[in-house]
Amino acid sequence: MNPFSSGTRLRDMIRAIRACKTAAEERAVIRKECAAIRAAIDENDHDYRHRNLAKLMFIHMLGYPTHFGQMECLKLIASSGFPEKRIGYLGLMLLLDERQEVLMLVTNSLKQDLNHSNQYIVGLALCALGNICSAEMARDLAPEVERLLQFRDPNIRKKAALCSIRIIRKVPDLAENFVNPAASLLKEKHHGVMITGVQLCTELCKHSPEALEYFRKKSTEAIVKTLKDLVNSPYAPEYDIAGITDPFLHIRMLKFLRVLGQGDADASDCMNDILAQVATKTESNKNAGNAILYECVETIMSIEDSGGLRVLAINILGRFLSNRDNNIRYVALNMLMKAITVDGQAVQRHRTTILECVKDSDASIRKRALELVYLLVNESNVKPLTKELIEYLEVADQEFKGDLTAKICSIVAKYSPEKIWYIDQMLKVLSEAGNFVKDEVWHALIVVISNASDLHGYTVRALYRAFQISSEQESLVRVAVWCIGEYGDMLVNNIGMLDIEDPIVVTEADAVDIVDTAIKRHDSDLTTKAMAMIALLKLSSRFPSCSERINHLIAQYKGSLVLELQQRSIEFNSIIASHQNMKSVLVERMPVLDEATFIGKRAGNIPASLSTSNGAAISLPNGVSKSAAPLVDLLDLSSEDVPVPSSSGSDFIQDLLGLDLAAAPEQPGSNFAPKSGTDVLLDLLSIGTTPPVQNTASATDILSNQEKSPTSQLDGLSSLSPLSASKFPAAVSAPTIDLLGGLAPNVASADENGSVHPSIVAYESGSLRITFDFSKTAGSPQTTLIHATFKNLSPNIYSNFIFQAAVPKFLQLHLDPASGSTLPGSGNGSITQKLRVTNNQHGKKHLVMRLRIAYKVDDKDILEEGQVSNFPRNL
Amino acid sequence: MGIRFILMVNKQGQTRLAQYYENLTLEERRALEGEIVRKCLARNEQQCSFVEHRNYKIVYRRYASLFFLVGVDNDENELAILEFIHLLVETMDRHFGNVCELDIMFHLEKAHFMLEEMVMNGCIVETSKSNILSPIQLMEKSS
Repeated sequence: MNPFSSGTRLRDMIRAIRACKTAAEERAVIRKECAAIRAAIDENDHDYRHRNLAKLMFIHMLGYPTHFGQMECLKLIASSGFPEKRIGYLGLMLLLDERQEVLMLVTNSLKQDLNHSNQYIVGLALCALGNICSAEMARDLAPEVERLLQFRDPNIRKKAALCSIRIIRKVPDLAENFVNPAASLLKEKHHGVMITGVQLCTELCKHSPEALEYFRKKSTEAIVKTLKDLVNSPYAPEYDIAGITDPFLHIRMLKFLRVLGQGDADASDCMNDILAQVATKTESNKNAGNAILYECVETIMSIEDSGGLRVLAINILGRFLSNRDNNIRYVALNMLMKAITVDGQAVQRHRTTILECVKDSDASIRKRALELVYLLVNESNVKPLTKELIEYLEVADQEFKGDLTAKICSIVAKYSPEKIWYIDQMLKVLSEAGNFVKDEVWHALIVVISNASDLHGYTVRALYRAFQISSEQESLVRVAVWCIGEYGDMLVNNIGMLDIEDPIVVTEADAVDIVDTAIKRHDSDLTTKAMAMIALLKLSSRFPSCSERINHLIAQYKGSLVLELQQRSIEFNSIIASHQNMKSVLVERMPVLDEATFIGKRAGNIPASLSTSNGAAISLPNGVSKSAAPLVDLLDLSSEDVPVPSSSGSDFIQDLLGLDLAAAPEQPGSNFAPKSGTDVLLDLLSIGTTPPVQNTASATDILSNQEKSPTSQLDGLSSLSPLSASKFPAAVSAPTIDLLGGLAPNVASADENGSVHPSIVAYESGSLRITFDFSKTAGSPQTTLIHATFKNLSPNIYSNFIFQAAVPKFLQLHLDPASGSTLPGSGNGSITQKLRVTNNQHGKKHLVMRLRIAYKVDDKDILEEGQVSNFPRNL
Repeated sequence: MGIRFILMVNKQGQTRLAQYYENLTLEERRALEGEIVRKCLARNEQQCSFVEHRNYKIVYRRYASLFFLVGVDNDENELAILEFIHLLVETMDRHFGNVCELDIMFHLEKAHFMLEEMVMNGCIVETSKSNILSPIQLMEKSS
């Protein structure tokens, strides 16, 4: 009784599912069915087991979980009837996979069935084993399969051959056992056995060099002869496809010949004739014939060279390429990719046709062709090919533009013969498809522009023109804005005119218009707007006539809801309004960007930049919210390249040193005049300061000679703040700290009760003294409240007084607002500020802090820095 | 090596038969089928029968309302797979007599049996229609 014809319930279920109008309905039907099947499983129902499994397979196909039916497969396999076994094995292959532990349980049934007297049952077991066997099963059952390779019925031998493939893939060590039986399969006449035997031999060659050597010697001639017989065989209705007898067998044999011939001249020689015969005699007006030709070409390209054959193969590809059938063109492009390494010249001949394929309406063909063109490009043809591709970019589909743009950019960057050409092509790409250009591509362009000093004027003018036409392309806008900010004066004055250029008249107002447009475009993103803001700042210094307007433009963003823009607006506004003296230095043209560094960074060689990791360590100055990162952004690219001084190797110290100031303490007493464009923050804050009093080198030496532990090194660093070194000579300060260090254990117990700690002079220079008073709140020994008092010892009044502090990562610092920002002279008053420090490693590490104090005297900006490491030990 | 999955899908994109020769979880299968079907069904008659998706190459062919999609490795002969799809359809035709979507739906297990005789573990086992169908006919006779 056939379980499927009698069991109307399976049909009913399928009908019910078909009738469902929505996915929800379908889920409901499936849920009901699954519940019924589970119930049947629980009752151990024999009669409908196969029908339930058939249902589960349908449910599985629809994509619903069916794991609960797995054990039913095993029960069916273990039953004696053929139909039950049949459906059980099918369920096993569909519902299970080799990762399931259930597989362990099936090994025994499989072994029994492989030895069954009914050959159809043996066939079922072989098929299941070939589809799902695991490494363990492969080891257990390999002897059975090996034996079955010699079974009397060819239908069993062919399945055993494919089963062997699975076994040696799972356990390559077993390969050698199969070499001899596989070789004898090649001599058979049955097509099924031949096609599986050839596949098994190919697989064996992949896993074992010995097998490859063996087949080369023993089987090459035999295979060549078999293939010859096949090619010349009379009409065989059972295997005939479009006048060719069993094209599938042809193809598998050609594949096997490829493996044998690759890297072996003798074997290649042996197959030359038959390959030539296949290549010339095969009919190419039907798909089956083309499939054989295609395989034959690949084999010719892979085996050892014999001139004539290669020409034949390339000609076939040429024919394929001009075929009207898209499938044939597709495979031709695919094969030309492989042929290019063998015979680049021959492929180059088809360049025009291939370029046409890039413009095909079929996405699959376009993709293949584009990849091929990419391989075809070299120094000599880069210009015409790029021209073609860029022209096509104008009309390409939106979804293809991304791929195309990436490839063009890569080609241009790789083969560009000169900078002006590179810049020209990139501007074209940006104008056409700027929205598809990746960030690193336009970053690279800016680096190149920055390095081509003789092309600055040309580039900025070209960008100006491009912007007029393509202002909707984001990355074009960014590059244009950056260049106008940097080289705006060259734009207006037609500086660096090249012969090929038409002169243009651009007024300062026109240039500002561009940036104005960029910042106001509704689809400009934050990066573009922020870049435009910087460009405005730079232009305000380059174009004094527009300064008023620019100031107004920048000020519009003071109320921006985007923090970044608001902050830039306020900062830049204050630079323009009250720091005229440093503005011109601040907005100077960027120094030439270092190409090597940029390339290195793209390759990921440079570790995470200093600025971002340490940015967080800068604490809030006087309670005003201000993060360090945007300042670094000011001059974007270069700021991240601050070299880390090698002498400050220990992380501990690095933590202490805020931002880019890393270099400063390493050069004791040196003034903070700008060294390069890279120390951005340093520049920003220190321009116009009087250099701090020079510290004598000898004093530093004395200190550094005493340095032993990391903390004493810090002591040394702290006393670098010029006057504290002179006031507390090294000999004195070190014992003081020792003294405190010695006290620490004794004070520790008192500390718990919120005891009073001695006040310290945290910082003292010629004119400024900072004292810290400490207090603790009961119950939180980790937290220290610091009451800082600032006193001005000079006769002048300090205005805009800002105190900043930074601490290493194991500390947390909170600053309350200062009591004021003006500090009267001659010690006649003071500013106080409260700090709260939480030491996450209380008892293990001691407090340390780095200070920066900025103020104005007689309209001059002063910056002072120091380090506090004479904190009482037990805070 | 070779074939990694075979799908039969109707015009509406519903799966009618799915056979995988590699391990994918249920979720992966659902996602993969959805993506592939969307991609292939959107193409027109003139476009070629090959679509690259993830690390598969999909060779597909349409017969009336039914799409046959075969996922293969990159080094597989695409034209041969196209021919293989046709052989599969002819074999089903011979058994069902002008096969249609409903035949496959209501005789899912038979379609699988045929496929099992043709492909094992992603490799072609047999290309003769009578050899493929004889065990199935034998089973029908005996029941």
